[in-house]
Amino acid sequence: MELKQQEVHQKILKALESQSTTVTFDDPLENDMVLNMGPQHPATHGVIRLLIRLDGETILSLVPDLGYLHRGYEKLAENMSYHEFIPHTDRLDYLSPLANNVAYILAVEKLAGIEVPPRAQYIRVICAELARLASHMVWLGTMAMDVGAVTVLLWGFREREKIQDIWDVLTGVRFTTSFTRIGGLAQDITPQAISMIKDFLSQLPASLNECENVLVRNRIFIDRCEGIGYISKEDAIAMGLTGPLLRASGVDHDLRRDEPYLVYDQLDFHVPVYTDGDVLARFYVRMQELRESIGILHQAIEKLPSGLVNSANPKKVLPKKERVYGKMEELIHDFMIVNFGINPPVGEVYHAIEASKGELGFYIQSKGEGCPWRLKIRSPSFVNIQSLPIMLKGGMISDVVAVIGSLDPVMGEADK
Amino acid sequence: MKEKLLDKLNTSFKNSIESFSEFRNELTIIIKKADIEKICSFLRDDAELSFDSLRDICGAVNRASVDRYEVVNNLYSLKNKYRLRLKVLVDADDMNVPTVTRIWPTADFEEREAYDMYGIVFDNHPDLRRIYMPEEFEYYPLRKDFPLMGIPGSLPLPRK
Amino acid sequence: MELMKPDEPFITTKLDDIMAWARKNSLWPMPMGISCCAIEMMSFAGPRYDCARFGSEAFRFSPRQSDLMIVAGTVTYKMSHVVRKIYDQMPDPKWVIAMGACTSTGGMYRTYSVVQGIDLFIPVDVYVAGCPPRPDNLIKGLMEVQNQIARGEKPGQKVKNIYPRIRFCK
Repeated sequence: MELKQQEVHQKILKALESQSTTVTFDDPLENDMVLNMGPQHPATHGVIRLLIRLDGETILSLVPDLGYLHRGYEKLAENMSYHEFIPHTDRLDYLSPLANNVAYILAVEKLAGIEVPPRAQYIRVICAELARLASHMVWLGTMAMDVGAVTVLLWGFREREKIQDIWDVLTGVRFTTSFTRIGGLAQDITPQAISMIKDFLSQLPASLNECENVLVRNRIFIDRCEGIGYISKEDAIAMGLTGPLLRASGVDHDLRRDEPYLVYDQLDFHVPVYTDGDVLARFYVRMQELRESIGILHQAIEKLPSGLVNSANPKKVLPKKERVYGKMEELIHDFMIVNFGINPPVGEVYHAIEASKGELGFYIQSKGEGCPWRLKIRSPSFVNIQSLPIMLKGGMISDVVAVIGSLDPVMGEADK
Repeated sequence: MKEKLLDKLNTSFKNSIESFSEFRNELTIIIKKADIEKICSFLRDDAELSFDSLRDICGAVNRASVDRYEVVNNLYSLKNKYRLRLKVLVDADDMNVPTVTRIWPTADFEEREAYDMYGIVFDNHPDLRRIYMPEEFEYYPLRKDFPLMGIPGSLPLPRK
Repeated sequence: MELMKPDEPFITTKLDDIMAWARKNSLWPMPMGISCCAIEMMSFAGPRYDCARFGSEAFRFSPRQSDLMIVAGTVTYKMSHVVRKIYDQMPDPKWVIAMGACTSTGGMYRTYSVVQGIDLFIPVDVYVAGCPPRPDNLIKGLMEVQNQIARGEKPGQKVKNIYPRIRFCK
C-alpha cells in the first residue's frame, strides 16, 4: 500500500517537471474570458450550453451548443406508422402537447386527403388554444423567476394545474395527451369538460391581471427588461424568427390569420403587434395573446356544432374499440390500419401551425407505404436560438438570463 | 401567383429548372445544383415575388434510388403569403452543395443539421460542424444504411 | 425511538436512528431536469403537490449543497457525461431517484443516441414509473427513499424488496 503511494507520487512529480508551465501575458488584466453556461443551469430552460466570450461583464460573442437532448425523432418516424408516431409528437414542445398533436395530424391528413367533420375541427381549436394558455403560463412563471420574481412562478403553476385538470377530464391524461387521431379525435368532448373550461375561463382574467400588475408596476422588472435583447425588423425576418418574437419586432404576421387552418377563419380575434423589439415588448405580446386566446375559446365553445367527431372513412380511420370486438368489418379494418398503416398516396406536404413558440411545421415525404419516407420537424425553438448572438451582442451576463426567458426555448423540440 | 412565378423563372432561368410538380396545392421546383445562389437571390430581391423568409432546409434521401440525396428548401413570402419548395438533387459521389447562408442567415443551423444527419457538405458555410451528435461521431445517422439502434461502441459512456 | 415514560422528559434512542430521522426529513433535492419529466417535477414542487411539506424545501441547483438527485428526462450519450460529473460533485451520502421511463430503461426511445437506462453509469435507489409520472407518484418515490434511509440502508445498494405485494411505485 505504501509502495503504491510512493509510485504514484513519483509519477506526479515527473509529469509536473516535464510539462512546460510557463505562460506569458502582456497584461494579466487584458484578457477575454470564455464562460461556459453549461447544460445544467438553473436559468437555462432545458439543456442548452452557451459559450460566452466576455470582456469583464460585457459579452463579445456567444455560441450556442445544442444536441444534449437529441433523441432521434426523425429516424424513429421512418420506422413506425403514422398512428404510432402520435405519442412521440407530445414530447416535442412538452409544455403544450396538444398543439403538437394537432399540427402533426393536420399534416398527415393533408397528405392523405382526409376531410374532418366540423365538430372535430372546433374541438381541435379548443385544444390548441388551451395548450397555448398552458405554455404561456409556464413562460410567465419561468421568465419572472429568472428575472427575480419567484411569486409569479407559483401563481402561474396554480393556473396551469387547473388546465391540467381540464385535460384530465377531456383526454384522460394530465400531461402527454396524444389526443388527436387521423380522421378526428380519440373521444368526444363531454359536457363536464365544457363546464370546467367555462368555469376556468371566468376566473382567469382576474388572475392574469394580478400577475401582470405585480410585474409591470415594478421598477426593477422594467429596468431589467427594457431595451435588452433588441433585434430589428429586417434581422428578425432574415433570421427566420416566427411567433411572438416576430410580432414584437413590428412584423404583422400570424399563421392563424394569414394561412387559416382548422376553423380560424370563422373566429374573430386580434393579433397584437409591438414595434420595440426588446424583451419587454415580447412580454406584452404574450400577455395580449393570452387574453386573445381566452376570447377565441369563448367563441369556439359557443359555436361548437353537433355531429360526429371522426370522419367516415373506414380504411383510414381507426374504428371504436366496442365495435372492433363485436363486428367483423371493423376488426379487419383495425387489423389492417394498425399493422400496415394508412398508406397515403406518393407525394410530399408541408403544413405549419402557429404554436406558442412560433411556426411549428411538419414536412412529410411519403412513398405510398405505411411509414413515412422522411419526416422533418420544423421546430420554432431551433430557429429562435440562432438569433441569440445578435440579440446579446454588447449586453451583459445578467441579460442572457432575461433574453433566454423572453425567447422561451424548449429543448425537446429544438433538439428533436 | 403561381403563373407569375413560373413565368418569371422561365424567362430568366430556363436552363436551371429541371422539373416542377404540384401536389395538394403546393408547388415544388427541382433546380440544378450550380444555380441555387442565383435563383435564390433573384427570388428574394424581386419586388413582386419577395420570398424574404426561408422557413426550413432539410436533407432527404431520394425516393427513387437510395444513393441519391436531396436538399429541400421551404420558402415563404410574407407579402404574398405564398409558399414554395425548391429541391436540389445530390449524388452520393459529389456531396457538395452551395450554401444559401449569404442570402438568408437563418440557413446556418439548418445546413449544419443536414450535414450532421446526411453528410451533405455545404461550400462556403461560415461554420460547418456537427450540431446534434458529438464531434467525434463518425457516422451519419439518417442515412438508410445506419441502423436505428446505432452501432455499439460509436458513442462513449462514462464509467460506473 | 422510545419514550421512557409519558411524564419523564427524555427519549432513549440510537444515534443512528436520530441521524436517519434528521436526514430523511430534510432531503434537499437537486433537480436534474432535462426534458418533459422536469415539468412534472416543477408541479411536484408547485402549490398543489407541495414537496416542501416532506422536508424538500430548498431545490438547490448546486450539487455541492444537495443530497438527493432527481434525474428527470431522457439522458442521451452526450448528456451522460454531464450527469456523471454532477453526480460525482455531490457530497456523500447521496441518493438518486430515476424519474420516468426514459431514465429507468430508455423509455419509448430505442434509438442510437439515448442511453437505455441511467443505471448503466450511476447507482440508482428508486425508480419511478410513468411517462411522465404524476407528481403523486414522485411523492411516493420520495417517501420510498425516506423509508430506505429510516431502515438504515446504504445508498446505491440493491436491496431486496420488502413489500412483496407492492412491486413498484404505481
